Amino acid sequence: MRVQLRNPTREIEVDGPVEVSVLLRRLGLNRESHLVVEDGLLVPADKMLGKFAVVEVRSVISGGSDQVSNS
Amino acid sequence: MKCQVCRGPAIIDVRRHNANFCPEHFLRLCRDQTAKSIKQFEMLEPSDRVLVAVSGGKDSLAVWDILLALGYEADGYYLGLGIEDYSDTSLDHARRFAEGRGLTLHTEDLLRHHGFDVLHGSRAAKRVPCSACGLSKRHLFDEAARNGGYDAVATGHNLDDEAAVLMGNVLHWQTDYLGRQLPVLAAGNGFPKKVKPLVRLTERDTAAYCLIRGIDYLVDECPMSVGNKHLSYKSALNDIENDSPGAKHAFYFKFLAQAAGRFSDHGDHENPPVLSPCERCGAPSSNQICAFCALTERATAAVPIEIGPTRSRRRRVQR
Repeated sequence: MRVQLRNPTREIEVDGPVEVSVLLRRLGLNRESHLVVEDGLLVPADKMLGKFAVVEVRSVISGGSDQVSNS
Repeated sequence: MKCQVCRGPAIIDVRRHNANFCPEHFLRLCRDQTAKSIKQFEMLEPSDRVLVAVSGGKDSLAVWDILLALGYEADGYYLGLGIEDYSDTSLDHARRFAEGRGLTLHTEDLLRHHGFDVLHGSRAAKRVPCSACGLSKRHLFDEAARNGGYDAVATGHNLDDEAAVLMGNVLHWQTDYLGRQLPVLAAGNGFPKKVKPLVRLTERDTAAYCLIRGIDYLVDECPMSVGNKHLSYKSALNDIENDSPGAKHAFYFKFLAQAAGRFSDHGDHENPPVLSPCERCGAPSSNQICAFCALTERATAAVPIEIGPTRSRRRRVQR
């Protein structure tokens, strides 16, 4: 199966079929900070992805931060 | 996985709630959690006009969408930061969201309206880009709210943002910041009220919310945020959350309930600085010239001016 990743954008091949939660573990990605998307739709953690699936693993962590104050 | 509410097929697990949800009930969870925050922290009145600070990312579009779903009158405000293609793309996402729903989106551009971009601003002020960006946003959000007669500025800060800032403040014992790290900052001294309605939702929640709602948000990260220390705090907190679901929520909300009040007298909040109108822009400031106008002055002086080809370049072209 093909897995698209971002930052930097790249595509890798992963042996399937594989469950979503197992895929994230194999890639060493934290499930708290990543979602798996297939055809623009969210894929649940227990879904089995087929051998020829094409999915995007999307990081959900946003970058910069600064103190906010009324001063 | 089955939805905790309807027992239909679940699409997402929310481990800190020890529950799974179908699309319909996950959206309801996000709206209910936002409504709970608004009520608990007395963020908004039903009649409030809200200005939503919109970046085109998942959090700001989610908070705008949720506030509208909860019945609030909410317009958007987008500030262009002049960050290469990133700013153009983020504006496209914000515009598409607003136009698709017939919403009002106010736009302003740092370079076009104030003569500098975030990169030059941060270099001139010897600040990191996120700091110059934050200073500009706070000032211009406040100004837009005052000029537009809005009761509050709403931002998309979520649980991950607040927990990461809290971790940074605790690691460095920034007690004056700890005393002010609240999900609502009251209006006063010429500043509008500021609210963070998404503090009960994680970044994973807001991303999932947008995916389920079909909100086309900007997924790519701001190129200026590379190396920002809050990213490492978020990563550390998510490692803890992975082993101990609910840890981020407990860290932040127990701080609010049990500790924030202990720092309220730090940073001389009892005797706040006397504010008077900035000589340049009229915004309330503790100095003659406010921090944003000082930044603008330094940054515009540092913006390179096109002076044409050098003598050696002209000679090369002539040859």
